[in-house]
Amino acid sequence: MLNRLFVPLAVVAAAMFAYAPFMILNAPYEATMGLVQKIFYFHASAGMGLFLAAFVSGIGSAVFLFTRKPAADRVAVAGAELTVMLGLIVLVTGPLWARKAWGVWWQWDARLTSTLVMWMIFNAYLLLRRYGGPGSDRLAAAVSLFGMANVPFVYWSVNVWRTLHPTTSVIPSLKPGMRGPFWFCVVAFLLVSTLILMVRTELEKRRQELDELYLAVED
Amino acid sequence: MIKKAVYALLLVAVLGGTPAFAQTTPPKTPTAGQDDFVPVSAPINANDTIPAPRLVAIAYGFIWVVLFGYLWSVRSRLGRVEREMETVSRRVSAGRK
Repeated sequence: MLNRLFVPLAVVAAAMFAYAPFMILNAPYEATMGLVQKIFYFHASAGMGLFLAAFVSGIGSAVFLFTRKPAADRVAVAGAELTVMLGLIVLVTGPLWARKAWGVWWQWDARLTSTLVMWMIFNAYLLLRRYGGPGSDRLAAAVSLFGMANVPFVYWSVNVWRTLHPTTSVIPSLKPGMRGPFWFCVVAFLLVSTLILMVRTELEKRRQELDELYLAVED
Repeated sequence: MIKKAVYALLLVAVLGGTPAFAQTTPPKTPTAGQDDFVPVSAPINANDTIPAPRLVAIAYGFIWVVLFGYLWSVRSRLGRVEREMETVSRRVSAGRK
């Protein structure tokens, strides 16, 4: 079922990514930030994908810790790698926007710092998986749970602490000219994130099958 | 089983509840562009020292490079694993003969 859906969904995602720049170009400028605010469309969408990926990894890790099912572990690894990739996009595009809007590349405020911490936790997860040796899968799963626990803090940080970063009220209050392109980009990012999760999970499955094959050869 | 379910519920309660408690701090003063975006028809401050078009182009270029680079990396890793599986499978079947 998933394999049959993959190619049509990939075509839709590619078409959406090709069309998104035209929608963003036609969206109105923001009154105080001007052109640079247009980074928002992909930056915030990548941020939503980041939260989704962190939840996928955290939930997969929780299921793996409680049930020891390899399938859950595969999903957790895929989610963690996607979190790192989307986190890199968020953490690079954010400062590019900030340099123009705030006059600085980086500010150690709650949103930026908590996002960086979350990104580093998922990097730690991947490093543990790569170099941790036997048993590191369970330790890494616990690390992923801590990473997922950061998501609510990252989300609400802008509303709770005084920060330079726009608050969460920006998205519900978007004006019609900005709302359409933004949600279009969000759907494109969530779709491409889902497809990447599918392919990355498949890669992890094949790796486990290869390990089993090597064990069969040794026997 | 019940013990595990209780642990899971406690974990969800802690993760979901903490930010709600943290929201009791006094509200901050809103600044322009922070609580809502106001649309205008033309860009402002066209003579700024760092041109916004360059920053926007770098941001979108970076996103495309990372996304497609990552997709290419996953695809090539998948291809490598599949080739290795074929080689090992051949060795296994040759060993059985």
